[in-house]
Formats: sequence, structure tokens, C-alpha cells
Amino acid sequence: MPKEFDRDSISNTLIVAIGLSLVCSVIVSGAAIALKPIQQSNEELFRKQIILEVAGLMEPGADVRTLFESIEERVVDLESGNYAEDVDTAEMVAIPDELDLAGIGERARYIPVYHVMKNGELDQLILPVYGKGLWSTLYGYLSVAPDGNATRGLQFYAHGETPGLGDQMDKEDWRAQWDSKELYGDGDQPQVRVIKGLVPDGIDGGEHMIDGMSGATLTGNGITGLLQYWTGAHGFGPYLNNFRENS
Amino acid sequence: MSESRKVLIDPLVDNNPITLQMLGICSALAVTTSLLPALLMCLALTSVAALAGAAISALRHRIPNNIRIIVHMTIIASLVILVDQLLKAFAFETSKQLSVFVGLIITNCIVLGRAEAFAMKNGVALSFIDGLGNGLGYSVILIAVASLRELFGAGTLLGYPILETVANGGWYEPNGLMLLPPSAFFIIGLLIWGIRTWRKQQVEKPEYQIHAVHRTEVF
Repeated sequence: MPKEFDRDSISNTLIVAIGLSLVCSVIVSGAAIALKPIQQSNEELFRKQIILEVAGLMEPGADVRTLFESIEERVVDLESGNYAEDVDTAEMVAIPDELDLAGIGERARYIPVYHVMKNGELDQLILPVYGKGLWSTLYGYLSVAPDGNATRGLQFYAHGETPGLGDQMDKEDWRAQWDSKELYGDGDQPQVRVIKGLVPDGIDGGEHMIDGMSGATLTGNGITGLLQYWTGAHGFGPYLNNFRENS
Repeated sequence: MSESRKVLIDPLVDNNPITLQMLGICSALAVTTSLLPALLMCLALTSVAALAGAAISALRHRIPNNIRIIVHMTIIASLVILVDQLLKAFAFETSKQLSVFVGLIITNCIVLGRAEAFAMKNGVALSFIDGLGNGLGYSVILIAVASLRELFGAGTLLGYPILETVANGGWYEPNGLMLLPPSAFFIIGLLIWGIRTWRKQQVEKPEYQIHAVHRTEVF
């Protein structure tokens, strides 16, 4: 009778541990790499779908690629507020601490925005916005009218806020408020903000205010911060200013 | 009944992981607001449970006792990541709804429980069937709960309207509670009640008996 195999020996423990780790890591990384192209095209399609939803163009069952044909992508140089072409979109700019209301540390210098065209005319500008909420970074799109001031919609597509509280920002009736608020008052300072509680009827400056979300004040503050950053002088402020001067 | 058939059929009702063993309740609450994510979750859990059972059983004579739980977790976690990657590639929209719950299959008591209790002691084929059976037992409950919740919460099944809702010009006023997690508790509770009325042997003996105390005994 052969000597009984001792599976609790140190050598067997090491062999099993190392062998298993190797096999599992090959399987996991192999799957991740092989499936990456499909996943990325899914993500890209999802991002386009969100842009269409912010623009109010998305219809159930419609083909995202076909609908997206009415949308033009343009790259904006945030420093000058003008369009740029053939630039290095990976170039990052540090955000000074006192301006960093979004809590993101740095941002790209050149950022793509989307023009929604209607009958050959500019109908909406879709700007990417992101920043810290309570737990997580919120990623979304803000739709602005061609006057560079009135909002048309705001929608986040990725966040990790508290389910049931912070994620009320995904609810339709809360998002509906973002139709026709005003980003700026008389000056260049962004005024739009999420307040605590409901916006009282007829209050002075109500056109800049959004109802708070019950139980999610800090997420609301995060949204205020990131919007004030992205519509401010260090964000899309100069770019939107071009539209406000023209209108 | 042959042994493999028993291993496959038993977990469906008589030894159901959710209604008898009370395992996997967390995901049963979270992913059952509508039928499609529930179906995908069932598919994910069943395939992980079956494959993990087979893999662990194949290694059962080599797995050292003192690191066996780590070995189980490594195998289960790799399979879960594999399933998660596949879902992200081929069922992107639904995988977004399932979000973290596919990843949480790693800690699902059903999978680890079957690995430890069954796959470590039985052959590869039988362990595969056991995982399959338990996955299906979980699926039966999830599908029942999800069908009820989607039907009465939204008036649809798999997104197709069954009860025409008032918002769409019909007669049915959807019950919003059905879309919230507490309704899954109620439904699972009622299911357990129903199953135990049907299969009396599942009724557990009470751990404590309420004993009526007479005044005269106290004084």
C-alpha cells in the first residue's frame, strides 16, 4: 500500500495555494482582456444614450446610433472658452484648492461637448460634469440652452450614492426641475444650487434653486458644488459666456 | 429515486435554500423588483454554484484543511468575476441593474455552504448536480417573487404589459410597495407559510413552549 498522501503538509499547502492562484488569475485576466472591447463599446453606447436622454431625444426602442447622428461632438479649450481641433485631450490641468468646489483635484484642459441640432440650428449644448457627492464621484451631463444660461436638463450616469436617499437624483420628477432653471444671475458667478427643503413659491432667485432631496443634503451639496465649479470661471464659464454675449 | 436525481430535485422544494435553509435572502430582496434581472441573477448564481461545486470536488483530496475556506473563496470569486465580465459584455443594461449583487455571489451562503457541506465529500458529477439543484431551488423562489413583484408593482412581466396601468389608460393602479424591498419579505414569508402548510415535515419544533403560569404557582 502506498504511503498515504498528506494533504496538510506544508509543501502541499504551498503547491495548492500557488497553483490555484496562478490558474485563477489566468482565467480572470484572460476573460477581462478578451471581453474588454465588447464592454467598452457597450459603455460608449450607454454614454451616448445618456446624452440623448439629457437632450430629451431618447425614445424607447430607438437605435442610439441613428439618433446620435443629430449630435455633433466639439472639443472646447476651457481656458479660452473657444473650440479647439487636433489637440491632446489627455492634457490635465490642476485645479487650485480654493476653486475646487467639485473636489476633483484636476481636469482635462480640452473637453468634448455635444451640440444638439434641430432643423439645422443649435438647440442644446450638452456639457459633461462630474464631482464628489457624499460617498462617490458623480458623473453626468448638463444640458444648456443656446443662450448659455437656461438649463434644459441634468442627468448622472454613474455614482455610488446611498440607494433610496442620494439616488433620488435619478428620479424623473426631481430631474424634471432642471428644465428651464437659470445658471447665472447678473454677473458671471454661477448661482444655480440645490437648496435644503423645497423651493418656496415666488421666492426671490427661485429660478436658480432646485428642491433638496430629503435625507440626501450632502449629495445635494455635492451637486451644487460640481455645477458651480463646471459653470464657473475655471470650468465652462468662459465658453458659456460666449453664448450669453451673443444672445 | 436515483441518488443524482434526488440531489437535483431535493433543493427545489423539500430542502430549498431560501425557504427552508434561509440562505441567500439578501439578494432575493434586492434583485427581484422585475423579472429580467432576477432571471439573470438566477443564471449567474446557478452556474457559479454548479461550476464551483465541480471544481472544489475535483480538488477535494488535495485541498489542505487549514486553508480550505480560502481555496473555496478563490475558486468562487474567480467564477463570479468571470460571470460578471460576461454579463457586462453581453447583457450590459441588466448588469447595470444587478450592479453589486453579482459580485456579492462570492459571499452568497448557498454557494459556500454547498462547497463546504457537499462538494468536499462527494464526487465531481454529483457535486455539479448538487450546485445545479441548489441554484435552481434559489431560482424557483426568485422567479416566483420577481413575477409577483413586477406584475403587481408595474403591471408588466419581462417588460410586456399584462395589467394595463392607469398611467397607460388602463384600469390597474400599480402597487408601489411591491417595488420596495419590504414587499419581498412579505412574499417570501407567505411562500414559506404556504410551503410549510403543504409539506408539514418542514415545520420546525418550537424552541420554547409558552407555559401558562397560574397565580397560585407564583405566590
